[in-house]
Amino acid sequence: MSETKTLSGHSDAKRKAFAAAFPYTIPIFAGFWFIGLAYGVYMNVSGFSFWYPMIMSMAIFGGSLEFVAVSMLLAPFAPLQTFVMALMIQSRHLFYGISMLSRYSGMGWKKPFLVFGLCDESFSINYTADIPKGVDKGWFFLFVTILNYCYWATGATIGGMIGSRIKFDTTGLNFVMTAMFVVILMEQLKKESQYYTVAIGIASALVCRVVFGANSFMLPTMLLTLILLTIFRSKIEEKVGLQ
Amino acid sequence: MTFTQEAVTIGLCVAGTMLTRFLPFALFSSKEKTPLYVQYLGKALPAAIFGILVVYCLKDTNIFEGTYGIPEFVSICLVVLTHLLKRQMLLSIFVGTACYMLLVQIVF
Repeated sequence: MSETKTLSGHSDAKRKAFAAAFPYTIPIFAGFWFIGLAYGVYMNVSGFSFWYPMIMSMAIFGGSLEFVAVSMLLAPFAPLQTFVMALMIQSRHLFYGISMLSRYSGMGWKKPFLVFGLCDESFSINYTADIPKGVDKGWFFLFVTILNYCYWATGATIGGMIGSRIKFDTTGLNFVMTAMFVVILMEQLKKESQYYTVAIGIASALVCRVVFGANSFMLPTMLLTLILLTIFRSKIEEKVGLQ
Repeated sequence: MTFTQEAVTIGLCVAGTMLTRFLPFALFSSKEKTPLYVQYLGKALPAAIFGILVVYCLKDTNIFEGTYGIPEFVSICLVVLTHLLKRQMLLSIFVGTACYMLLVQIVF
């Protein structure tokens, strides 16, 4: 008797967490299906069967690297260059991990998948979302991560299957990601007691975009951000109120 | 490329990605062991990251040619305005995206 009660209470917690998590992922569904389909189509017209985008989207789960990987697969075999490229493109995940250290601690068996699926979008939602009272955080984080993962994998696989057969005008739909990050930035700024950190991030990115160009400015941006955050540490800590 | 070389290439992409995702958690497993500097970064980085991600989304926008970044600028203003007025995430995103699609498909 008591066992059934615990079980139903458990599934209720899951249902509540899913209901809270799903709306946050709707814009990501639109964005991931659009970009994922485009990626699958790109692989298909580059001569790869749908197995490639399917397995790559599920195993790598990182959009920008997957696009670059297509050209690496078409070029002569260069393992070291491939590995360095992967590290460079994905280096921003280090920042996500550092930011999620305390939020993802004590997540038990859910943690490996949460870390595995820590993409830009899952990080942004799981870091900023106001999880309602009474909703289990672990399940909320897990559902956001699983849903985003499924959107990306299905989008890429379907894209790889249909190839260039279907044409419909979705020009500009990719802006859904920009709009989402603008909203997430605004939500984050509402919670901040200072604007040094956001100013440092934006300024570093703009300067490095101009200096290094669109394809290789992320690593310099991260370095510059780290340097500036370190230089202004005492000033920022004063405002943030860290011990 | 042979099939084995393809598999190694994909495997290295997976390894590089997972290294960047798991490394912070592997290094700083408990709060006591996390250096104060890393704890500081954990609190100071997110706002900086969200700023960087917005710039990253706009990285291919050319403000000197083509549409001069006008669709992006107008749509982002609309997102900000809608969000300030209604503060409903999905609505702000929908309005901004619809505006952008109209601008790039019909106006420009």
